[in-house]
Amino acid sequence: MKANGLLSASQTALMAVVARVMGIIDVPLRYLQRKTGQSGMAAFFLAPNMAIFAVFVLVPFVINFVYSLTGGSAIFLSDRSFVGAQQYSEIFACGNYLDPNSCKQDVFWIAAGNTAAFVVLQVSLMIVAALITALILNREIIGRSFWRAVFFFPVLLSPVVTGLIWRWIFQRQGVLNAVMQGLGLEPHDWLTERNSAFFASIGVSIWAHVGFYTLILLAGLQAIPKDLYEAAQMDGTSRQRVFWRITLPLLMPNLIVVLVLALIKAVQIFDEAFVLTHGGPGTSTMYLVQYIYETGFASELRNPGLAAAASILMGAVLVVLTLAQMAASRKNEKKGAR
Amino acid sequence: MSRAVEFVTRRRGASGTGKGWHWTDVFTWVWLIGGLFIMFAPAAWLTLSSFKTSAALSEFPPTLLPYVTETVKVAGSGKPLPLYDVTLPDGKTARLVELRRIGVIAQMADPAKPEVVIKVNIKDRKPVQKLHFETSNYTEPFVHFDFLRYLWNSVFVTVTATLITLLVNSMAAFALSKYQFRGQNAVLIVIVGTLMVPLAVIMVPLYSVVSSLGLLDTLWGVILPTVATPTGVFLLRQYMLTIPDELIDAARMDKASEWQIYWRIVLPLSAPALAVLAIFSVVWRWNDFLWPLIVLSRSSLYTLQVGLNVYSGQLNVQWHFILAMTVVTMIPVVLVFVFLQRFIARGIATSGLK
Repeated sequence: MKANGLLSASQTALMAVVARVMGIIDVPLRYLQRKTGQSGMAAFFLAPNMAIFAVFVLVPFVINFVYSLTGGSAIFLSDRSFVGAQQYSEIFACGNYLDPNSCKQDVFWIAAGNTAAFVVLQVSLMIVAALITALILNREIIGRSFWRAVFFFPVLLSPVVTGLIWRWIFQRQGVLNAVMQGLGLEPHDWLTERNSAFFASIGVSIWAHVGFYTLILLAGLQAIPKDLYEAAQMDGTSRQRVFWRITLPLLMPNLIVVLVLALIKAVQIFDEAFVLTHGGPGTSTMYLVQYIYETGFASELRNPGLAAAASILMGAVLVVLTLAQMAASRKNEKKGAR
Repeated sequence: MSRAVEFVTRRRGASGTGKGWHWTDVFTWVWLIGGLFIMFAPAAWLTLSSFKTSAALSEFPPTLLPYVTETVKVAGSGKPLPLYDVTLPDGKTARLVELRRIGVIAQMADPAKPEVVIKVNIKDRKPVQKLHFETSNYTEPFVHFDFLRYLWNSVFVTVTATLITLLVNSMAAFALSKYQFRGQNAVLIVIVGTLMVPLAVIMVPLYSVVSSLGLLDTLWGVILPTVATPTGVFLLRQYMLTIPDELIDAARMDKASEWQIYWRIVLPLSAPALAVLAIFSVVWRWNDFLWPLIVLSRSSLYTLQVGLNVYSGQLNVQWHFILAMTVVTMIPVVLVFVFLQRFIARGIATSGLK
């Protein structure tokens, strides 16, 4: 290894221990290899990951459908009674399909409506902000990697930290109200008023994720051949025309990927919004994942079957979005091959 | 002076060919400086606030830096009393201590002569303040609350999950990139296909699986469901495909076992991809919230994220502790940001994973 000279004594000792352990593991594995041959070893290497994967992803994925067809509040499948499609008809039992309050499961529809509004607003505003930021970072500015890092910083923060940072800023006695007062404006109860709490959750979520999408768009911008711009400049093309005729069309594949990724993420909004407002006031920032969580685990009227049915409905939306993304990235690859 | 201005405002590129500032140049810098403020100021504000006493935290409007009112011990009174600069009726100012306060009238006295009580309207006085970093906000939650426990749980989950992730993912990636076997494509399709099965969709049945394995309310119940990341397998496989097969054939001729080929040849050569996955895994596992929240109900098992959420949801939120513990929770991620941000940026730009 190249870095050998830089390894400290303790690191070398650690390497020796690792080498010894690996050597010991090797003994039974050589025996196994003699028995099964090379292709058998492939199965051995694949086994741990696939076992964990099967137990914790595939099995739950499959039995989720069974769950959604059972009733009661028991957790174990064997204790649950089969009720057929009752959970689904429960969800879709509405007096008037345009009014969530007329539904039997009104909270589900309120959460679905909140999520839909959140997705539309958050994704559109965030992509515009990410696009502007990426365009700016793609210019010849001083300290580009510094500026890129600036917008990326919140992406790494945990949703809980993000939620608490903004709760501290938005609270009644918080710095935002102090600034408002300093400017001669009325202080506002940001997180306990329905509309402002909803928009706060959108703003916080954009703040937390815009840097991620900026990076993808920036990579797309940097892949656009420079000679196109030079040719346009020689022809004296105006900036607006260059943007609409060169930059935007060539960035479109990346924009579509970013759009679908952002949609998939936004549908699953939970953590930061939950820490920020706990779904309140009332149900104004209650989103689908929180509904599933509370229906499945947290409330006294626990109903895992209903939660499973709701999660399958949400999963169906995500499947559609994922297929859209696959189609988009395939188109992307074709474009790259040309 | 004019040369300095010329130096600072000098620009490159097509727009900077000696012409004046285009509106997009102005917009660029407004956006960047504004971005700098919006992206960093909230976390900086939280960090500054975390050094304030709980009395200073309840002040409105808040001060930027953590100040405390200076106090002084006075003969005949048990605890130190707060000092104020008072404007007396005759226009002179004096530095007095507050003995007690009734409504808008405070009974104050000269610290040297506490027996002479002066009545002062609280409008006419200002507290004497000094800069003070309240470090007990950090030590108290560790000593008197369970935060040391939460910190340890978080570190344990993050480190263990990352090590297991690296091991099982790299083994699977090795099998998928360096062997030909039946059903290989099926395995790949299943892995890539479930890349998009989010936790939120399977959390109810996953809970029952974890609980029937007896892992409910254990840290292993938090760790195990997260380690077989399809993203990690995919990332490592793509990287291992670039390792030449000739190396492996040569090792086989030298009678190396398959296990030796894996850990002596393929693993070291995949170090860059392993490093990227390790960084991602650390950030993911450190930040995990929803799944630990579901699995862990005993408070001695909480991770930092769950503990913070629980404490911040209490009726009388002790903000001075919450803020300090939020800063502690932020530290590893800030370290990753400062030292490893470039690798992550490259990882995202090339693979789009998060």
